[in-house]
Amino acid sequence: MGTTASPRGPGIVRFTKVALEYPRRGTALTDVSFEVAKGEFVFLTGHSGAGKSTILKLVAMQERPTHGDVRVTGYSSTTAKRRDIPKLRRKLGIVFQDFRLLEDRSVEQNIAFALEVIGTPPGAIAPKVARLLTQVGLASKGTSQLHELSGGEQQRVAIARALVNDPLVLVADEPTGNLDAKATSGIFQLLRDINAAGTAVLMATHDLSLIHRSGLRFLALDRGHLVYDGDDASRLATA
Amino acid sequence: MRLALREAMLGFRRAPLLSVLGIVTIAFSLFSVGVFALVALNVRDAIRAIEDRVEIRAYLTAGTEDDQVAIAVSDLESQPGVAKATYVSPDQALERAKKEFVAFGDEFEDAVLPGSIELRLKEGFRDPQAVDKVATLLKAYPFIDDVRYGREWIEKIYRLRSVAAAVGGGLGVVFALAAVIIIGATIRMEVLARAREIKIMQLVGATDGFIRSPFLIEGCLKGLAGGVLALLLAYVAQVIVSGALGYADVRFFAPWQALLGVVAGAVIGVLGSLMSVGRHLRQV
Repeated sequence: MGTTASPRGPGIVRFTKVALEYPRRGTALTDVSFEVAKGEFVFLTGHSGAGKSTILKLVAMQERPTHGDVRVTGYSSTTAKRRDIPKLRRKLGIVFQDFRLLEDRSVEQNIAFALEVIGTPPGAIAPKVARLLTQVGLASKGTSQLHELSGGEQQRVAIARALVNDPLVLVADEPTGNLDAKATSGIFQLLRDINAAGTAVLMATHDLSLIHRSGLRFLALDRGHLVYDGDDASRLATA
Repeated sequence: MRLALREAMLGFRRAPLLSVLGIVTIAFSLFSVGVFALVALNVRDAIRAIEDRVEIRAYLTAGTEDDQVAIAVSDLESQPGVAKATYVSPDQALERAKKEFVAFGDEFEDAVLPGSIELRLKEGFRDPQAVDKVATLLKAYPFIDDVRYGREWIEKIYRLRSVAAAVGGGLGVVFALAAVIIIGATIRMEVLARAREIKIMQLVGATDGFIRSPFLIEGCLKGLAGGVLALLLAYVAQVIVSGALGYADVRFFAPWQALLGVVAGAVIGVLGSLMSVGRHLRQV
């Protein structure tokens, strides 16, 4: 399958004939090519081990392909140096299924920590934390401890943290995987709102009904191969 | 920097027992280095005291003119490595002999002993090669009959000094390496305990240098604290050893040496941290 040029504009994420082989675990991806345009929302789906998380790791350059090239916001996996990776990540937001928050810190502190890490001036941290919490619907929970929050709320904190860099691309690895239907719907709507504001979203999910309802483009993976790229939800069962 | 300092202090607060254990371990490692350094220093002092006595004596042939000797003395004093050249006349030699051996006075009245030139050498010019060089120079004067300087003795001192320096230096390096590894291990535990923070830092775009900084500060502080503690332990050991030997001349470190030890602790702490964090960052 060749690179699919997006009708919405130039690709902000581009995979060109990407393969990833681990010395011991074998092949994780084979000849995967696709493109995600600026401001696009794309699902990644497939069974466990199909290669969804691998693709997201390649986008964040946590992994480098063994063949082919991954290009994200102008950085190429072929040419990017280790010192370029922090610069790339400052254009990304990353969200995980298990939230990966700092349990011993409050909601505000979790977000402030990320802001401090990227060198936000001290005076600008509190207003930005407040703005981000409002954006994710947790304006009143700033001082709460994480154990006081529901799973959906914790994922909102993680999303707020992912937004500290005002990312061009939000990478979400099963962000609703641990949530009930109501929380799933809330988180998905939040991601749609973020996308509507111009951030491209690449979301890995097992939740076929979510893809079905949205009518959005999805990439279907099977044992490391990209087997479908489009928005025909009727292909979900066969993909 | 503010965040790095706060995170470093958090490391201490979160695991106080581990931190104290780390500092004490560092202190004992540095203490071992310190003890060897103290022994080496005292041995060096003892050798230097012996070296101070290194002297070359050149005996003059009978009838050597005072003018010739004066020129030779002035000439010798201008040589590099020569601290002092002294002419001992036959009369002075007899006087000295009479003082040291009372029997001499009764037997001899005239200047029966030869005149000589005594040379003291500067520090750093007392090794066998330097002494040989001066001796050769002396022998070149036509009025020098014989040159004595205890060649074997000088060679023995130097051999002892080289062995002491090699053993002290070698053991010091081994203990310093052990300290680096120990600090690395304590920081490694801290790195593992904070793996999630590190991961988050990486994902939001922190540079490796930024991620390293709190751990380097922590390693530096632990090394400093360990260095100060080691210095105190070494001081106590020195007092005890001095008391036990009843020998007041067992010396302690000079202030700059003590400071150097504490700074070495900090450097070792930073190196240990670099090793641990570097390894972790390469893995993730």
